[in-house]
Amino acid sequence: MIRRIGIAAALSLVSALAWAQGTIKIAILGPMAFVQGENHWAGAELARDEINKAGGVNVGGKKMQIELIRADTNELQSVPDATNAMERVITRDKADFVVGGFRSEAVLAMQEVAMDYKKIFLGAGAADAKLGENVEKDYNRYKYWFRLTPTKSPDLFKTLLAVLNSVAGQIRASAKREDLKVALVAEKAAWTEALVKGLQATLPKMKMEVVGTWQPSPLATDVTAELAAIERAQADLVFTTLSGPVGITLARQMGERGMKAVAFGINVEGQKDDFWKASAGKANYISTLDTYADIEITPKTHAFMQAFRARYGKAPTYNAATYDAVVLLKDMIEQEKTLDADKLVAAIEKGTHVGTGAVATYDKRHDLVWEIGKTAGIATQWQDGKKVAFWPPNIKGVQPFKLPK
Amino acid sequence: MLQDILVTGLVNGGVYALLAIGFSLIFGVARIVNIAHTAFYMLAAYCFYALLTQVGLGFALSAVLSIAAITALSLLCYRLVIEPVREHESAVLIATIALGLIFQELMLRAYGGSYLGVPSTIDGTMRLFGVSIAYQRLLILGVAALMLLATWFFLYRTRTGLAIRATANDLEVANLMGMNVHRVAMVTVAVSVGLAAIAGVVVTPVTPVHPQMWLEPLVTMLAIVVLGGIGSLKGSLIGALIIAYVEAITVFALPAGAYLKGAVALLIMVFVLLARPEGLFGVAFEEER
Repeated sequence: MIRRIGIAAALSLVSALAWAQGTIKIAILGPMAFVQGENHWAGAELARDEINKAGGVNVGGKKMQIELIRADTNELQSVPDATNAMERVITRDKADFVVGGFRSEAVLAMQEVAMDYKKIFLGAGAADAKLGENVEKDYNRYKYWFRLTPTKSPDLFKTLLAVLNSVAGQIRASAKREDLKVALVAEKAAWTEALVKGLQATLPKMKMEVVGTWQPSPLATDVTAELAAIERAQADLVFTTLSGPVGITLARQMGERGMKAVAFGINVEGQKDDFWKASAGKANYISTLDTYADIEITPKTHAFMQAFRARYGKAPTYNAATYDAVVLLKDMIEQEKTLDADKLVAAIEKGTHVGTGAVATYDKRHDLVWEIGKTAGIATQWQDGKKVAFWPPNIKGVQPFKLPK
Repeated sequence: MLQDILVTGLVNGGVYALLAIGFSLIFGVARIVNIAHTAFYMLAAYCFYALLTQVGLGFALSAVLSIAAITALSLLCYRLVIEPVREHESAVLIATIALGLIFQELMLRAYGGSYLGVPSTIDGTMRLFGVSIAYQRLLILGVAALMLLATWFFLYRTRTGLAIRATANDLEVANLMGMNVHRVAMVTVAVSVGLAAIAGVVVTPVTPVHPQMWLEPLVTMLAIVVLGGIGSLKGSLIGALIIAYVEAITVFALPAGAYLKGAVALLIMVFVLLARPEGLFGVAFEEER
C-alpha cells in the first residue's frame, strides 16, 4: 500500500512534468486482436486526430496535444493480462487517463488497479453493475471510474423490456394470441446472471411463458442441441443475451433450420458489420440492442458514422464510444482549465454530455442515467443483409421490425 | 425429446469422429503426441476460407488445394520439429503445443480475431423423425463414415498400413526387419493431418472460423481417443458417439447447464478410465516393450 502511494506520488510529479512538455497521455485498453479492442482504438484514434488537428486541448491557455497509448489487455483470454496492461500503462507509460475495457470480469480487476493510482478510468464495454456499485460503496476510492457505454446490466434489462413490448405486440398480432412462449439463451458469463434472473421473474408477468433457459458457453461452436430443444418447446421468441461468437453460431443455425421463432435480445456479434458474412448470410431477422446505426441518435451521430466508415471501411461497434471518452476529457479539461483528476471528476459528475451514441448524464454510481432516446440505446435487426434500426420509434430513420417468414 | 437426442447425438458424433480418426491414427498408432493436430484443422479451415471467398475458387478445388497444402505443411513440420525429438515423448508434446500456438498467432496476425463464416457446401435442411438437420451436417456424417472406412482399408488392407501397424507395435523390431520407420512415420503424419484437413474443410461451414477454434475440439478429441482406447479406430468412433450423446443429453436434460456439456463428457471419460484404464477398446500395454 505504501509502495503504491509512493508510486502514485511519483507519477503525479512525472505527469506534471509530462504536462509541462505538452502532451496529455490517454491509454486505450482493450483486446486489441479482437473487434472490441479494434473499435476501442479506432474511436479514440479518430477523436485524437480531430482534436490535435484543431490545435489540441486548451489547458488554461496552454495548448497540449493528445497522445494515445495502445494497450492490449488480452482480457478475453486472461484477466491477469488485463491488470498487467493497466499497471503497465500507468507505471511505465505514464498514462494520465485510461479508457476502454470490455469483459466485465477483467474490467472489475482493472478498475482496482486504476483506482489504486487515482487515474480517471472511462469504461467503454463492460456492463456489470458492480463497477458502479463500487463507486457508491466507497466514493473516495472509486470516484475516478465512469461508465460511458453500455448502460449497466439492470438498465440494459429496462431497455430489453421496453423493446420486447414492441416486438411481442407484433408477434401477438401475427399469431392472434396473447400468451407467448419464450426460450432464454444466455451465455454463461458474469454479465448475464442478473439479466437471466430478471427475465425469468418478469416475463411471466408479461404473459410470456419461459419454456426453458439455455446457457451455452460464450465460445460454443454448436447449438444444434439447444435449438432442437427450443423448437421442440415451440418457442415464439428466442431471447438472447450473448456477447461471444456463440451469437454467430446461434444466428446461423437458426437461419439454416428456418426457425420461425423471433430472435431478439443482446447479440454483440450481431452489432458488427461483418456479422452477415460471418453467419454466411443466414442471420436474417436476428435483432439486438445496439448503439450505432445510420440514424440521428444525437446531433453528432451522423458525422461520426460517416468519418468512421470513411476511415475504417465499416460501421463502429459500441466500443468505439472511446471517441466520446476522449472528447469528454478534452471538454472537461478545457472547462476546468486543469488536468487535476479530482476537479475533472466533479465536472463530469455535474454536466450533460452529448456524445455520438448518447446524451449522457451520470448518477451517483457514475453510471448513465437511463432514458429512452438519450442513453437507452437503440435496437437493430438484420434484414436481407442490412442492419436497420427499428427502435425507439420516434427517431428519424427507423424502419419497421420484420417477423420471420 | 428422445428423437432429438438420438439424431443430434448421431450428427455431432459424426463431426467428432471425423476429427478423432486422424488423431487416433497419429496418437494411437504412430505414438506421436501431436497436440497441433487440431491446429492443422484450424489452418485448413482458414485455407479453405481464403481460397473459397477471397480467391474465388469453387468448393471442390478449394477443398482439394487446402487439404493438399496443409498435408504438405504437416510433413515439413514433422521433418523440422517432430522428427528430431521423436524419441522423447515429452519433447514432442511441448514442440507440438508450441506449433499449435504459433499457428494460432499467425492466423491472429493475418486475419485478426474476427469470426469468419464459410458458406455451406450444401444448403438447406431436412427433417428426420421430426428433427431438423442441415444437409451440411449430413455431409459431415457421410464424410466421417467414408473416412473411417478408408482409414480401416488403408491400415488393414495395404502394405503401407501393415508397416504402420508393425511400427506402432514395435519400432525397433520393425526397423530391424528393414522397414524405413522414418518414411512410415511421415506417411502416418500425412494421413493423420490429411484427415484433420478434411475435417477442417467439411466442418468449417457449420462453425465460425477464428484463431482459437483448435482448442475446444482438442480437449474433446483427447477425451474421445482415450475413452475409445488408444490405437483403436473402432474405439474412436464409439468414443465420439458416446461423447456426442452425453453432450446432447446434458443440453436436453439440463438446459441451464448447456455450457457444462463438455465437462460432463470428460467426466464420463474419467469414470470409464477408472474402470478400464486402457479405454473401451484399447489394449493394455506393458510399460517396457
